Amino acid sequence: MSVSVRIPTILRSYTGDDSTVSADGATLSEVVDSLESSYPGIKARIVDEDGALRRFVNIYVAEEDVRFAEGLATATPDGTQISIIPAVAGGC
Amino acid sequence: MVAPLVEPADELTIDEVRRYSRHLIIPDVGMTGQKRLKNAKVLVIGAGGLGSPALLYLAAAGVGTLGIVDDDVVDESNLQRQVIHGQSDIDKPKAVSAAESVAEVNPYVNVIVHNERLDNDNVLEIFSGYDLILDGTDNFATRYMVNDAAVILGKPYVWGSIYRFEGQASVFWAEHGPQYRDLYPEAPPPGMVPSCAEGGVLGVLCASIGSIMVTEAIKLITGIGDPLIGRLMVYDALEMRYTTLKIRKDPNGVLPTELIDYEAFCGAISDEAAEAAADSTISVTTLDGWLKEREDGARDFVLVDVREPNEYEINKIPGSVLIPKNEIISGRAFEQLPQDKQVVLHCKSGVRSAEALAVLKGAGYSDAVHVGGGVVAWVNQVDPSQPSY
Repeated sequence: MSVSVRIPTILRSYTGDDSTVSADGATLSEVVDSLESSYPGIKARIVDEDGALRRFVNIYVAEEDVRFAEGLATATPDGTQISIIPAVAGGC
Repeated sequence: MVAPLVEPADELTIDEVRRYSRHLIIPDVGMTGQKRLKNAKVLVIGAGGLGSPALLYLAAAGVGTLGIVDDDVVDESNLQRQVIHGQSDIDKPKAVSAAESVAEVNPYVNVIVHNERLDNDNVLEIFSGYDLILDGTDNFATRYMVNDAAVILGKPYVWGSIYRFEGQASVFWAEHGPQYRDLYPEAPPPGMVPSCAEGGVLGVLCASIGSIMVTEAIKLITGIGDPLIGRLMVYDALEMRYTTLKIRKDPNGVLPTELIDYEAFCGAISDEAAEAAADSTISVTTLDGWLKEREDGARDFVLVDVREPNEYEINKIPGSVLIPKNEIISGRAFEQLPQDKQVVLHCKSGVRSAEALAVLKGAGYSDAVHVGGGVVAWVNQVDPSQPSY
């Protein structure tokens, strides 16, 4: 199961500046692990020490926020677009 | 559709009809819409990157009363994006400079200058005089405070944020949809998400996001179109792509009923960093002395600049080596750091170096210290010949 993941600017230091990367997994949890194996360190920016999604990073599978779906257990069908949207405060 | 936020003013003068004719001939706006704009009171928080285009277009559109909150003064480094200010405004209070520009764009606008910092003591009182709040501030503590005050007073909150080439915008209005806390229930820990002062921002991005914010403000005031309530607009300038994502009300979310301690909620600096820095911070003048002692062979240490390479190109403290903060946080840089010498860390202002210091202390570098105020303080106090940023 291959999915496309949009990487926000603040996490592109992990992906060599790539804004879209592909990853594998039938659920979001597997996709995050797949990202971690390709881009070490990125998982900790998305998931906390207890394995829960961080509350200042939103992940959308297609257009749906996974917090209102099954969280990390949300299914990620082949070809799904996943977006990682972090909180950013800049307005200056 | 949401009902128009503002009742129409009684009339437009002949001069106003002439000025706003391109609005008046749009059927959706018309005389009634323009009279609603005339009667509207909009508060813009921050006359900075987002506030600059927002204020200029709100003024030109004929919003009758514009409030401007800002306690900062214009700096030369603002002019790359803050188009409401000009060269002759440097060192002038931003709220005053912005008010002058607004008056030049449209003398029919009543401008209210709030040359003060928004805080728990004044936010509700200031907000109560306005119909709509447009927020272009630069820190999480203010964002949550603005949200909570807007919810408490039942005001719509037009929100936007920017970083490098990427921006986000939405409209939060608890009576009609989600609030900011539904989108991001918690602020990121300090140091994890850089501000645009640390990470930079493409100047024109401010206009891209600011124009979305003004568009939404005008739609809400006049009651036309579909507002950006319950939707997050994400813009990527490099890919030239707008993406719309749904924002839902958090079923476990609670509407704020009173203001809280926002500095504590967001944390100016993480607890770990504050603890590490408590008795391990040196001043730039101390560092200057240490560097001279190092030259004379009387002291040995390694000075590590934890900023990013492009910042290192702008200015640097002589005798420093560059190891970006993330290399230290991840532990990848430990092999480059000597165990037998004291490590001295610095960054731009002292926040990132404090975060890195906490990690180093945890890894056994017990005598490591960081430089309070960073390279900005170095340029101000020791070496004014270098540029700051």
